[in-house]
Amino acid sequence: MRIDPVQVEEVARELYIRALKILPPDIKEGFKRLAASETDATAQKVLGTMITNISVAEETRNMLCQDTGIPIYNVTIGRGVEIEGIELQRAIRRGCERATREHPLRSSVVHPITRKNEHTSCGPGIPPIHIEFSDDDRLVIQMIPKGSGSENNSWLKMAFPADGVDAIKTFVVDCVLEAGGKTCPPTIVGVGIGGTSDLCVSLAKKAATRPLGSTCVDPEGAKLENLLTEAVNTLGVGPQGLGGDSTAFAVHVEVAATHITMNPVAVNMQCHSARRASASFTPGGVEYGF
Amino acid sequence: MTHHTFHMPVTEEQVRALRVNDTVTLEGALFGIRDANQIALFDKGRKTRFDMRGHAAIHTAPNVRKVEKSASNPTGYEPICVGTTTSARMERFTRPLMEQLGVRLVIGKGGLGEPSKEAFSKLGGAYLAIIGGTAALETTWVEAIEDVDLDDLNPESLWKFRVKGFGPLLVAMDSRGGSLYDEVDRKARSRRANTLAKLGVK
Repeated sequence: MRIDPVQVEEVARELYIRALKILPPDIKEGFKRLAASETDATAQKVLGTMITNISVAEETRNMLCQDTGIPIYNVTIGRGVEIEGIELQRAIRRGCERATREHPLRSSVVHPITRKNEHTSCGPGIPPIHIEFSDDDRLVIQMIPKGSGSENNSWLKMAFPADGVDAIKTFVVDCVLEAGGKTCPPTIVGVGIGGTSDLCVSLAKKAATRPLGSTCVDPEGAKLENLLTEAVNTLGVGPQGLGGDSTAFAVHVEVAATHITMNPVAVNMQCHSARRASASFTPGGVEYGF
Repeated sequence: MTHHTFHMPVTEEQVRALRVNDTVTLEGALFGIRDANQIALFDKGRKTRFDMRGHAAIHTAPNVRKVEKSASNPTGYEPICVGTTTSARMERFTRPLMEQLGVRLVIGKGGLGEPSKEAFSKLGGAYLAIIGGTAALETTWVEAIEDVDLDDLNPESLWKFRVKGFGPLLVAMDSRGGSLYDEVDRKARSRRANTLAKLGVK
């Protein structure tokens, strides 16, 4: 399947705007589930306001949150997909810039030293474009506007093997306590376990941005997901850190093998406005989803 | 738990009457503050022409569209999506915001810490919590962008909004040292040992 970079640009533009406006169905379901079980009166009100906001955004075709985030694009290339890699990257970047200028969106991206905002949502290394390969025959582009409230609460600990899984569990609980209301809970707590330091952090991000209801493919990781989800929701941080049962929609874990001397754990969180949008390029055309 | 409707600006007495868990709805002027404009004002010595005495300032940087200047868009900016950012990053600006500019109410999400709490007690201020991430709803409470200053910092300009029925906002920190965030944090930390025990951590 031959892919036209012009179409990639259009899709990259459209995905940024869609992601900012339409919350994925699994997150909406997550809200319903939390609202049904929340026992704290303030937390009930807070969840109610969040749920109202989702419908106001849809009715007014507005963005769910003012934070346009750091734009992230995840590309999965299947078998038989033909496009020049460099053209693909450039097209995505152009689409991201155009969404920002044409909608317009607040450009939330600045140079890290001069703090200069180019008003394009782009800059050196931004948007990050992650490329993976798959066994099917599609090209999938997923867009994630990652809000800074949650992103500013990211941690890495290079624990020792002697600290065991206990170190991982303790670290996750302490990160949730430290984050309090700053991450806009209820969150998806993403936990990366193993790998190198950089891989561990990127696993945490992958975990935080996975759909609700998905499970870690590693059975040990999956077990930890269940344990930790239950545990962090006993802390009482609650929505917006104002108290309640609904601290996290879920804790998601991603796992990679690591060195015999290492025991790395990273935490990255996704806020309640857990936005993402995706597009599949198939021989029949482009299908939008989440 | 009392509900207050404030037509801005307000007096010290009005703000000192607020108690944690009260709710507030704002009418009239609301100023938008942010990392860059507060760095400019309080670290770099820049000045604003705005009179913020007795006013409320919200931690925000909105999405705006440039339009022709008109009665409804006097600055040539139309608000598209106005929301609230995490307050904690701007902790150290609460005091100068109150001392130098006379701001009485800080609106944000996620709460502020000890230095802000002290400033609220000493100078007569309060922190009103808005629900973060609900900007689509918040935008329906904003009538117009009435004025803008330090606009070279756009989108982190100093904004002056005209709001209608802006709330209800929750009084989360008051001028008597009350803080919902402290209460929740204390409770959550007291549960830590039990949570870890349930996880089988030795």
